[in-house]
Amino acid sequence: MINWKEKLMKVVFLAAACVSIAAVVLICIFLFVNGVPAISEIGVFRFLFGTKWKPANHLYGIWPMIVGSVYVTAGALLAGVPVGILTAVYMARFCPRWLYRIMKSSISLMAGIPSVVYGFFGLVVLVPFIRETFGGRGMSVLTASVLLGLMILPTIISVSETSIQAVPQSYYEGGLALGASHERSVFYTVLPAAKSGIFAGVVLGMGRAVGETMAVMMVAGNQAVIPRNLTAGVRTLTTNIVMEMGYSTDLHREALIGTAVVLFLFILIINLSLSMLKRKEKE
Amino acid sequence: MDKITVEKLDLFYGSFQALKEITLNIPANEITALIGPSGCGKSTLLKSLNRMNDLVEGCRIEGSIRLDREDIYGDMDVNLLRKRVGMVFQKPNPFPMSIYDNIAFGPRTHGIRSKAKLDNIVERSLRDAAIWDEVKDRLKKPALGMSGGQQQRLCIARALAVAPEVLLMDEPTSALDPISTAKVEELAMELKKQYTIVIVTHNMQQAVRISDKTAFFLLGEMIEFGETEKIFSMPENKKTEDYITGRFG
Amino acid sequence: MKSAIIQKWKGYKNDPKSFGLFSAVFLAMLITMTALLFVIVYILVKGVPHLTPDLFAAKYTSENVSLMPALINTLLMTALSLLFAVPVGIEAAIYLTEYAKHGNKLVVLVGRTAETLSGIPSIVYGLFGALFFVKYLGFGLSLLSGALTLSIMILPLIMRTTEEALRAVPDSYREGSFGLGAGKLRTVFRIVLPCAVPGILSGVTLGIGRIVGESAALLFTAGTVAEPAISIFDSARTLSVHMYSISGEGLYIEQTYATAVVLLIVVIAINALSDYIAKKFFK
Repeated sequence: MINWKEKLMKVVFLAAACVSIAAVVLICIFLFVNGVPAISEIGVFRFLFGTKWKPANHLYGIWPMIVGSVYVTAGALLAGVPVGILTAVYMARFCPRWLYRIMKSSISLMAGIPSVVYGFFGLVVLVPFIRETFGGRGMSVLTASVLLGLMILPTIISVSETSIQAVPQSYYEGGLALGASHERSVFYTVLPAAKSGIFAGVVLGMGRAVGETMAVMMVAGNQAVIPRNLTAGVRTLTTNIVMEMGYSTDLHREALIGTAVVLFLFILIINLSLSMLKRKEKE
Repeated sequence: MDKITVEKLDLFYGSFQALKEITLNIPANEITALIGPSGCGKSTLLKSLNRMNDLVEGCRIEGSIRLDREDIYGDMDVNLLRKRVGMVFQKPNPFPMSIYDNIAFGPRTHGIRSKAKLDNIVERSLRDAAIWDEVKDRLKKPALGMSGGQQQRLCIARALAVAPEVLLMDEPTSALDPISTAKVEELAMELKKQYTIVIVTHNMQQAVRISDKTAFFLLGEMIEFGETEKIFSMPENKKTEDYITGRFG
Repeated sequence: MKSAIIQKWKGYKNDPKSFGLFSAVFLAMLITMTALLFVIVYILVKGVPHLTPDLFAAKYTSENVSLMPALINTLLMTALSLLFAVPVGIEAAIYLTEYAKHGNKLVVLVGRTAETLSGIPSIVYGLFGALFFVKYLGFGLSLLSGALTLSIMILPLIMRTTEEALRAVPDSYREGSFGLGAGKLRTVFRIVLPCAVPGILSGVTLGIGRIVGESAALLFTAGTVAEPAISIFDSARTLSVHMYSISGEGLYIEQTYATAVVLLIVVIAINALSDYIAKKFFK
């Protein structure tokens, strides 16, 4: 009787463990089955590298969106990475205890603020600011980059901080013992040792930036053309989907799912490099 | 009258043989001490007596262990076996719950639900473990707030609460101070009237003080087994003599 | 104390590079904290004056733009998502830590897929939910479709935190329980799981934060109907989706600010709760 229950529950636990595998498989199947036929109907090359996205004229080229995602992500990294890493260094090695506690909860709060709130903040603060300072309509590559840079800060900070904390104290002491100042010891002995962990944080932040949707949509202008300069509007892969999914039909709808397939592949590549980094760090 | 009989027991962890052809009869209502240097297999043998070794991956057993002539690696339900053969661990490991709930955990496991019965068992076990007077006023307090020595006696009480026939003690005093150690030893001597006790110890004086029989192990083999007095006064085997006179280990 | 500071400054005089490094990390910290503070204070200052009783009217109309229905839907969505994700996540973690043998291939696979899941952008989840739950399973735009989508999204989080919490439970507890003749199930449910509750709770609060903040994954799964859901098959907008919807309409800027305030307060409360749990149980 008891044995029967034990065996049943073991099967239940096993089934629960398999749910995440099933989820990944289902997500792949449903995206690919719905997206890939459209891509082949449009033509892989014309889909990926076509520069015109005009569903009304049956032109489905997502190159502007690929470029847009790359621009915006690169901008976000430029804005967020230096500040993020330096903040992490401050937290890990320079911070008084009382401030550390405040910062720790601030960073987790920062990670918890919904993207619509960030997006709205961008809309009412950043957009006018950029319009008045740099010209243009304000909804631009630059705006989206700055906002995303802010949004990926908590990811970069918390991952980097953890990996800096994990560096053995002896590295730092070794630096001091050679007569280096506190700052030099931290930057020249501790930081290099935490390199791969920090890099993992950056890659994770990159994943966030590529995948962010709502906030970008609210500040980026969303024109489906390759932006000519930093103050021009931009549309990313994610916003392309969310903008048009509501009213699309037939091939248009499938082309949007195809966009998601491309986005998904991007994310898979980022994930893969991330797990490779993690394994490298363990060794 | 033998309570447990071990016959030609071989035990492997993967490809490593931890016990080699152990044959040993453990008499009822006596204290049997297992001694020997670290890694000699004494704890391993102890843990195979209530099949705690089942938890270790890659552990394999040949030969037989019988409890009252019944093969414990045969059809016997492992949980019922562990009810009959209780265990006290090297480090006191009370559960993070109240003193009362710690003691009641075992009886509840084996189906006792009535509050009156449980109250009764808790009091009797704590009295048997000679700790009742110290804790009777704080039964609802967390067990982790007690001192190390009290925790270990609580763990003994917890083991007694399921009314075992055999009590296995794995270096029960190695984490305790001398006064607590004395209390646990005294308790063990008292308990042997009702229970069969097998104790693993690093401390030879302890074996001399409390045990009736002693078995000496070395590198997975049992070198010598006999009356404690005899083992410590005139051992038959040279290796035993070397060990008890402190020449190695 | 004072002389220490003077000494520090003297040191910087001889070593301008160290001073530069210190300034850099300090500046980065200031930027991070100012940015966060600016977002929060700006939203609060602009929004709090517009927290009118109208906004909390029981029924939504285009005049009062009440957020009450959305708030109720958020609660329902959170409860339903947790109902799916928490048991599965905990059971999966139990399998991984208590049952699976060391070096089991399934454990590695589950770990990889969970990692993949946690990197997938919410818009991709939204699209998958729209294709699978809404269309394929025929649940329509509904609370149910939204909650199932979100539960897959937070599953890796619940799994990971529970797994960590279970692994932190000392083996001596398990041995003690087995030694008393308790079976595996009883040991897991009565001894191991209770010890892991704080860790699991902190994972669950993080999950609640994700659910409350999510919008992209809900647009095409739960829809945007601004009424409290009566059944799980009703379409229902949560607070984040509500805020997104009204922010786009230009007419309701004040109400959007106020809604943002409510969202922020909810998020801050969730963070405070998880801090409290962490402080109370992990000293």
